[in-house]
Amino acid sequence: MNASERSEKLAQHNLHDKPKGLLAGLSQRLARTSASIVGQVQSLLRRRPTLDAEFFDELEAILLQADVGIKTTTRLLSGLSRNLKDGGQGRTVSGDDVLKVLKDEIVTVLGPPEPLGEAMESPTVIMVVGVNGTGKTTTVGKLCYRFRKSGSQVILGATDTFRAAAIDQLEIWGNRAGARVIRHEEGADPAAVAYDACQAAKARGADYVILDTAGRLHTHVNLMRELEKVKRVVEREIPGAPHEVLLALDATSGQNGLIQATTFKEAVEVSGIALTKLDGTAKGGVILAIRDSLGIPVKLIGIGEGIEDLRDFDPNEFADAVFQDLE
Amino acid sequence: MFENLTARFQETFRKLRGKGKLSEADVDEALREIRIALLEADVNFKVVRDFVSNVRERAVGQEVASSLTPGQQVIKIVSAELTRLMGGREAKIQHSPKPPTVIMVVGLQGSGKTTTVAKLGHLMKRQGRKPLLVAADTRRPAAIKQLQVLGEKIGIEVFATHEGDDAVQVASSGVARGKFLGCDMVLVDTAGRLHVDDELMAELGRMQKEILPQEVLLVVDAMTGQDAVNVASSFDERLELSGVVLTKLDGDARGGAALSTRAVTGKPIKFVGVGEKVDALEPFHPDRMASRILGMGDILSLIEKAEAGYDQTKAGELAEKLRTADFTLEDFQDQLEQMQKIGPLDEILSMIPGMARIKGVGDMKVDDGRLRQVGAIINSMTPEERKNPGIIGGSRRRRIAKGSGVRVQDVNVLLRQFDQVKGMLKQFGGSGKAQRRAMRKGIIPFMQ
Repeated sequence: MNASERSEKLAQHNLHDKPKGLLAGLSQRLARTSASIVGQVQSLLRRRPTLDAEFFDELEAILLQADVGIKTTTRLLSGLSRNLKDGGQGRTVSGDDVLKVLKDEIVTVLGPPEPLGEAMESPTVIMVVGVNGTGKTTTVGKLCYRFRKSGSQVILGATDTFRAAAIDQLEIWGNRAGARVIRHEEGADPAAVAYDACQAAKARGADYVILDTAGRLHTHVNLMRELEKVKRVVEREIPGAPHEVLLALDATSGQNGLIQATTFKEAVEVSGIALTKLDGTAKGGVILAIRDSLGIPVKLIGIGEGIEDLRDFDPNEFADAVFQDLE
Repeated sequence: MFENLTARFQETFRKLRGKGKLSEADVDEALREIRIALLEADVNFKVVRDFVSNVRERAVGQEVASSLTPGQQVIKIVSAELTRLMGGREAKIQHSPKPPTVIMVVGLQGSGKTTTVAKLGHLMKRQGRKPLLVAADTRRPAAIKQLQVLGEKIGIEVFATHEGDDAVQVASSGVARGKFLGCDMVLVDTAGRLHVDDELMAELGRMQKEILPQEVLLVVDAMTGQDAVNVASSFDERLELSGVVLTKLDGDARGGAALSTRAVTGKPIKFVGVGEKVDALEPFHPDRMASRILGMGDILSLIEKAEAGYDQTKAGELAEKLRTADFTLEDFQDQLEQMQKIGPLDEILSMIPGMARIKGVGDMKVDDGRLRQVGAIINSMTPEERKNPGIIGGSRRRRIAKGSGVRVQDVNVLLRQFDQVKGMLKQFGGSGKAQRRAMRKGIIPFMQ
C-alpha cells in the first residue's frame, strides 16, 4: 500500500465512522460540558437551597470555571437575581427554577441563530482566520465537504503559505472532499494565492471559494496587515466578497479568546465564529463574552476530527444540550 | 472589554495608602481584586481559591516596609507567592546516562507539539548534541511532512513512515533508528489528542512503555482557559509527565494556565515558546510569568528599573528645557533613549501608577517598531537640524528619509507631531498633565 492509498483509506475511515444524527451527536458530545455545569448547579442547590450572597458567589464560580468570564457572568447573575427576586431573599427555590432562568439568560445573550453569509451571485467567498492551532485547516476541510455533499463546486485557496506543510494538509482535505486546491509555493504571497483562487472560481463557475489563512497571533501587527491585504484582494476581485469571515476559535481558550475576536474583528471584520474542539471537556464559555461585547455570533461548531464533525450552531439547541440532563 | 484591571487595582490600593500595617479588612479587600485578576488571567478557579487563602494568611498583620505603601506591600507578597509557586525545581532536560535520551512530546490538538519538537531539536543541536526527530503523529494530515520540512530547515534528520501507521511502532522504530545512527537525543512528536479520548490516551501509555522516555513533556497553549487543569491532570495521571512547555507566549494571553498546570501536576514548566521561528524557545522565568499573570503592571519593578535607568541630571535638564519650551529633537531623542533603557514601552506605560486611571491610556497600543523608526529618523539628521527643525525643507526631508530607510511621509509625520507636542508642552509649561493630554490625543509619535 503506497502513501496515497493509505491516506485515502484514512480519509474513508474518517468519513464513515461517525454517521450520527445532528442532535444525537451534538448532545452526546456536549454531555461532558452539560454534566459538569448541571451537576455542579444541582449539588450547589442541595447544599444551599436559599438565595443568599454565598449562593451567588458559588454560582459565579461555576460560570467562571466554564470560561464565561467575569463581565458576562455578572450579567447572567444579575439577570438571575432579578428574575428570582419576587420571593425575596431566603426563599426556597427549585433547581428547575434556577436552571430555566439561567438557560433563558444564556439564550438571550447568544441571540438568534445566524446562517453563513451567501453571495447573491456565485461564488461565495469564505475566509477562515484565527490564531495558531485553533483548527482552521480542519474547519476548511469539513466546510468544503459539507458544500460538496450538497453538490456545490468548491475551490480551496491555500493562503497559509507560512506553516510547514500547511499546503499539503489542505491538499489532503481537498482530495477527501473532492475540491480543487489553488496553491503556490511555501513562502509565496498569500494575497496572490487568494487572487488566483478568486480567478479560478470565476473561470470555472464555482459556487464557493474557501480561503485557509495562516494562523497568526493577533499581536503581530505585520501579520494582521498581511491578512487585511488578502481581504482587500478578495474584495477587489469579487464584489461583495468575502461573504463570510470566520474566526476559528478553540473551545479550550480562555479570556484571551475575547481579545482575539476583538483584534481580528478590527482587522478583517469577522462575521462569525467557528467554535472548534468542543468534543473535549472545555466549555467554550468565552463565546458568551464575545457575543455580549462584540456581537459576533457563533455559526459553526467543530465536534471531532472526522470530516462530518461540523455542525451549525444553534443557540437554543446549544442551551438545551447544556441543560438537557436536568430532571 | 473588561474594566481595566490595573485601574481597579489602583483604586483598591489608593484606599490602602497611608496605613502602617495590613489589617484583615485591607487584605481582604485587596485579595478580592486579586482573585478577579487571576480569574481573568484564566487561572483555574480552584487554584485561585487556594492561592488567595494562602496569601491572606501571609499578609494579614504583616508590617509594611518603610519604603512601601501598604498597597505595594500586598503586591509584593502576591507576586512573591506566585513566583514561588511556579519556580522551585531546576527545570532542565534530564539526560539519560545511557544515550540516547528519549523525549516524548504530548498534548491537545493545535497546542504546538510539532513546532516545539523542532525547536527542542534545534536547541539540542546548538548545544552540540545529535538529535533525531521522530514523526509519530500519523493521524493529522501532513503532520509528517510538517516535521520533515522543519527538520530539513534546521538540518536535523527526521525518522518518518506513513500516515495511518501504528504510532507506537513508529516511535519504537524511531528510537531504534536513533541508536543505530548514534544519536544522543530522540525527540518523538505525537498526534494531538483529547485527554478524554480513552483509546488515544491508552496509545500514549503503550508508547511510553515501549520506548521508556526520560522526559514526557506536555505542551500547553498559553491561551488555554479553565480546562488546563483537566488536561494537565489527565495527561499526568496517564503518563506521569516530567514537565510542561508553555507555547504561544508571544501573544497577549496572560497565561494563567501556567499556574494552573503547575498547581495540579506539581511538574515544572521547562520551556516557553515565544514565536514561530525555530529559535523561539526560551527557558521559563517564574518571576516574569508571575508579573504577567497578575497583569497589573509591576509597579515595584518600574520603580527599580526607573531608578537604575534614568539619569537624574539629564532629567533635571530636560525639565528645565520643557519649562522654557527650548525642547529640541535632540532632547526628544534623549528621552526616547532613556525610555528604551527602561524597557518596552507598553510595559512601562502599564507600570506607571495612575496611568490606567486616565481614560483611553489603557487601550493605547504602543508600537516599538515605530519607536525605533523615530530614532532612526532623528539619527539621520544633522545636529543643526535637530536643534532647529525649522530649517528642514523638502530636500533635507528626502535626504533624511533616504538615510533612515523610511518614506518622506514618515519624516513629515514625525516633524508635525514634534511640533504639536512642543506646542502643547509650551502651552502647559511641561506639566505632567499636558503630557498626559498629549498622549490621550494620540499625538506623541509611536503611540496610536
